[in-house]
Amino acid sequence: MKFSDQFEARLAEMVTHYPTKRSVLVPTLLFAQDEVGFLSDEVISEIAGRLELTELDVRNVISYYSMLTTKPRGKFNVQVCTNIACLLRGGEELMDHCEKKLGVGHKGTTPDGMFSLEEVECIGACSWAPAIQVNYDFHENLTTEKLDKVLDEYKKKGTQ
Amino acid sequence: MADLVSHPDEVRVVSKRFGQGATSIDRYLALDGYKAVQKALGMQQDAIINEVKNSGLRGRGGAGFNTGLKWSFVPKTSAKPKYILCNGDESEPGTCKDRLIFEHDPHAVIEGVMIAGLAVGAASGYIYIRGEYRYLSEIMQKAIADAYAKGFLGKNIFGSGRDFEVYWHGGAGAYEVGEESALMESLEGKRGVPRIRPPFPAVVGLWGGPTVINNAETLASVPHIILGGAEWFANLGTPKNGGTRLFCLNGHLNKPGVYELPMGYNLKKMIYDVGGGIPNGRKLKAVVPGGSSCPLLTESEIDVPMDFDSLMKIGSMLGSGGLVVVDDSTCMVKFALRIMKFYQHESCGWCIPCREGTDWLKKTLIRFHQGGGIKKDIDNIQYLSENMLGRTFCPLGDAAALPTISIVKKFRKEFEDHLEGRPCPFEKAGTVERLPVFA
Repeated sequence: MKFSDQFEARLAEMVTHYPTKRSVLVPTLLFAQDEVGFLSDEVISEIAGRLELTELDVRNVISYYSMLTTKPRGKFNVQVCTNIACLLRGGEELMDHCEKKLGVGHKGTTPDGMFSLEEVECIGACSWAPAIQVNYDFHENLTTEKLDKVLDEYKKKGTQ
Repeated sequence: MADLVSHPDEVRVVSKRFGQGATSIDRYLALDGYKAVQKALGMQQDAIINEVKNSGLRGRGGAGFNTGLKWSFVPKTSAKPKYILCNGDESEPGTCKDRLIFEHDPHAVIEGVMIAGLAVGAASGYIYIRGEYRYLSEIMQKAIADAYAKGFLGKNIFGSGRDFEVYWHGGAGAYEVGEESALMESLEGKRGVPRIRPPFPAVVGLWGGPTVINNAETLASVPHIILGGAEWFANLGTPKNGGTRLFCLNGHLNKPGVYELPMGYNLKKMIYDVGGGIPNGRKLKAVVPGGSSCPLLTESEIDVPMDFDSLMKIGSMLGSGGLVVVDDSTCMVKFALRIMKFYQHESCGWCIPCREGTDWLKKTLIRFHQGGGIKKDIDNIQYLSENMLGRTFCPLGDAAALPTISIVKKFRKEFEDHLEGRPCPFEKAGTVERLPVFA
């Protein structure tokens, strides 16, 4: 299977940073997921082959890390933090609002494949709570009104 | 991009270059950047270690161990290569300070890693950044590339005849990986399961080589100590608690934010003056003093200097410097439940007391909060938590137990108010409690 040139260049360089090939596994899985959308059987087999690991080794690692997924997600993965700092400043209200607006629950994906929703643990935005991450982008100090705007922007971006 | 705040009581050391454009290597150089590592190149290994030891710098990740002392445990000679590992897997709920360091002053971390390397005789270092911090990983990768381009990293650094390599490494979502031995497992491409100690990482660490693991804020403090001197740094704080700290003020506060204050700054003042007090005329109910692993403090306990020893004396911990202020509209049973839900989700499952204990406690607290609790549960929650303490490879079990025990002890009445099918007294009328979604 084919990854982007950037992926290949980065992998080729990264393996020179460690005494064992396997050490590149965790960040490499995330980069592969960014390109393909999820860690498909094909991706797993490809990465296992390249790093001289068994597929089981790779799956074992995938199941440990919460950002890695073997199932397709929406184009925009909305991650709402409800951990203590966000909880006190309205994180649960944001989660409720997302559920209503998107019509899906935790780990659900909208039928058009545009959004998926996830309630996540602390994302390191405690002093700017409540906060969400959409894919890798932080949106902080949110209210339900601001959240509406954020989601509408993504929707616009996704339909362009 | 996270907003910056300021307060007149701040003493800016680690945050000195925040908002100054120091992600650019030229700007960093203009702001005294890479001077400390050049000074360290002219120092003996022991002299660097002693300087850091005498500065009273203690681990900013949460354990608060003297950094210089930690470095001194690395054997002088080793058949295997030695490594420096920067822990930037910031995941402790309430903590968001390393994010600002990576965003505003990435070269300070690189320089700290280099100085640590010179001190213990390592020739390479890794900077591990949590997967969620993608934009910070990009900033760090660029900073490392810029340092190589200038010849500060690689072969013959600053014409000294010595080589030093620094590499970026990224995570993919795991709180547990912030624990030092799990961090090494993750960097080696495995599940982040802790290792049993001894041997300690200083002797057997990454790929079996002696390894120094320090938090990003700890390492970012090191160049300032080398330039300013141990005495200056030590005098900023309280005895044995040198320097300043990035305190993250969160929760029910008028002016939340990350403030750099001297070690030993009064907690009450931190809440009511620096943090602007509690909004909406509410009263303080509890404070998480240093990340969700710490026992909570009540109103009567907050007139205390915020340093490692003072917090330990009153039965809590300074931890990672992440404060969460809780007002009197909050249900402490729900708060305990949310904390437990987190630890149950993040337990790696390796040690049975933690894996089973967090799950059992979460289920009990859910039932309790929904009005299905019985009187015996209150003691059971405490008993279960106490039986997790010290019975696991890594401190995650303790981290789940400590806040829970403190909540049961200090807010027992709130548990009793939930008994006999009574609805949670703090839920707004007409609202339905969200069901826990974590599987």
